[in-house]
Amino acid sequence: MHEVHGDAVTSTAQSIRDRVRKAIKGQKQKTVTVLSCLLAVEDELGWIPAEAVEEVAEFTEATINDVWGVVSFYTNFQTQPLGKHRMEVCWGPTCHLVGAQKVADQVLKSLGLPSEGTTADGAITLRYNTCLGACSNAPVVSVDHHLMGRMTPSHAADAAERLKRGESIGGGHAS
Amino acid sequence: MPPNFAELKSAAQQRQQELSSKPWIRVGTALCGKAAGADAVIAALKSELQKRHMQATISEVGCLGPCFAEPLVDVSAPNTPRVVYHNVTPEMACHIVQSHLVHHKPAADLALGVVDAGGVMPGLAKLADHPMMKGQVRIALRNAGHVDPMDIYQYIANDGYAALHKALTSMTAEQVREQVTKSGLRGRGGAAFPTGTKWNFLAVSKQPVKYVLVNCEEGDPGAFNDKGILESDPHSLLEGLILSGYATGAIKGYVFIRHGHEGPIDRTWKAIDQAYELGLLGKNILGSNFGFDAEVALTGDSYVAGEETALMEAIEGKRSMPRYRPPFPAQVGLFGKPSNINNVKTLSYVPQIILKGGDWFASIGQDKSKGTAILCLSGDLKYTGLMEVPLGVTMRHVIENMAGGSRSGKRIKVLQTGGPLGGVLSGDGMDIALDFEVMAKAGAILGSGGIIAADESTCVVDLTRNLVAFCQYESCGKCFPCRTGMSHLLEVLERICRFEGTAQDLELMRSVGQSMQAGSLCGHGQLGFNPVSSALKFFGSEFDQHLRDKVCPTGRCNEPWNPPVKTRRY
Repeated sequence: MHEVHGDAVTSTAQSIRDRVRKAIKGQKQKTVTVLSCLLAVEDELGWIPAEAVEEVAEFTEATINDVWGVVSFYTNFQTQPLGKHRMEVCWGPTCHLVGAQKVADQVLKSLGLPSEGTTADGAITLRYNTCLGACSNAPVVSVDHHLMGRMTPSHAADAAERLKRGESIGGGHAS
Repeated sequence: MPPNFAELKSAAQQRQQELSSKPWIRVGTALCGKAAGADAVIAALKSELQKRHMQATISEVGCLGPCFAEPLVDVSAPNTPRVVYHNVTPEMACHIVQSHLVHHKPAADLALGVVDAGGVMPGLAKLADHPMMKGQVRIALRNAGHVDPMDIYQYIANDGYAALHKALTSMTAEQVREQVTKSGLRGRGGAAFPTGTKWNFLAVSKQPVKYVLVNCEEGDPGAFNDKGILESDPHSLLEGLILSGYATGAIKGYVFIRHGHEGPIDRTWKAIDQAYELGLLGKNILGSNFGFDAEVALTGDSYVAGEETALMEAIEGKRSMPRYRPPFPAQVGLFGKPSNINNVKTLSYVPQIILKGGDWFASIGQDKSKGTAILCLSGDLKYTGLMEVPLGVTMRHVIENMAGGSRSGKRIKVLQTGGPLGGVLSGDGMDIALDFEVMAKAGAILGSGGIIAADESTCVVDLTRNLVAFCQYESCGKCFPCRTGMSHLLEVLERICRFEGTAQDLELMRSVGQSMQAGSLCGHGQLGFNPVSSALKFFGSEFDQHLRDKVCPTGRCNEPWNPPVKTRRY
């Protein structure tokens, strides 16, 4: 893919590398590791491109293999670009008990997805989460890091439709 | 030259006076508040105040406890009572400003309760009399919901850093450890190991570089008390951490938090930055010879990273897989240096223990379970949220009186305690005390304090499938009995829920469970069979109905089951 597009992609790759380097160097804590660098890259780009693996390996004097080993271990790291918006549905036991499965099924239906993944237009990525931490207000969904508690299938559908129309969504209750 | 402690105290008092001299609105913005829509409420409050040209302070506080009633807005002003309003919407927020701050008349119909001052208004109950608040003993949560977690002076004005000052000016490291030992404090991360003993293990090491680590990985679904403390009152954890460094001779502390939880992360960083500014971290703390550093370390999504040796691997930047023990962390820990790992809750008790003495803490609780339990209540309950009760109270009291029983009014059928590995308890067994030994004897664990309650509409086989799916998803993969065992268990449970199981399946699961227990390095595999074994113990007949009669009594198993795609590549 890189060879086909020539200059345009080279410059994109270059800007990715610049952003990655800046993220790696901008870490607040003193203990800088392979994992901390990768988390900084994820904060900056939302995903971990191959260029980032190389940059992290060079910066931390680790091997490319070591870095891939860490990327492939933690479930938050994605090696494909994500959609512009990110929707997460919690399926922890509390959410499960109070109706998360129906919420998840509705979101999948609204987004036209068979399971976790990104919509065909690349706009919205749906992921399941093991616990979003707001169990006392279950079931919980998060949209672009905004938590939404006491979700119902219809409110989840509403949130998905609004996302599809490109509206921004704040956190809050469904009911 | 950083200010001395007396100067800090007087600056804190001044700050407190400033705050109480004009209207002060506190809005709960912990995860519970955010999920309920606190951000929109704050925006509405700001624009309403601006419209009316009113001077008021809006503080984003942590979790007061009654998460079911979020968003909570807590309004005080000179010469009016301090009132907590519940389930506040942006429209209600404007009404509250008008009624409480413009007309000096609290909006009684929107109030959850009065916190204090100005006497009890007619028609307004005291918040302390709310079933969920009544009988709480708040030590680690004493400031939660009351102070702005981003303002160190509010913490100092409430006894903050007084214990550190006391220890540094009048106690040796050994005396600090003695008080912690005397208090009977035990680790609140799940293992309930005596904290004083753990600190002594580290203190005896003569190595110059030693670390103390705080565990706020908290991947347990149903647990949010560690995050709650960091979001509500990060300085109580930080002071406990600095004290543990002093007591054990460590030079640096790491607060280990899961990436993505911005609330706890940002507030802990802010607390650390402020502590450095005021000379409470760094060299010569409060003018003493003691120096200590602290920083936040983040982990990616991995449940096993909460296991103490896996946690060290993660801070070192590797895959969070457990290490073989011995050597134990107190000998060879983080970066090969002697280290202690404590839970957030455990350390958050320490400042009060040092300030009031070990005997005071030991007077709360019962038998070998001293102090309080910090509980996260969720599920089919009328009142869900965060609470702190003395150890020794019964589960029935907590569930039926404090949490108000089930939301539906139906009988509570099952309780899931102490995280997914803790297993389940029958709703009939609620007369047990919250006590480490009593709970263990009943086949459950108090663990991290998460209690998920479910009423009669719940299918236990379906719940067990969910718990095992979590454990399977989160196995780190290092030990094959855990890695493949969890997958086997999930496969069998999925089969049972499809009514395709056979009587032999129970035997198969038991044999897999035995291998997992015998052949796994850490608790994830060793305890991984708990959800199944406890469910079989209390609800065996429900499994039989699925296996023999091919029916799910609640109908839950007739609904679709779409677990997440396993994304971890071993």
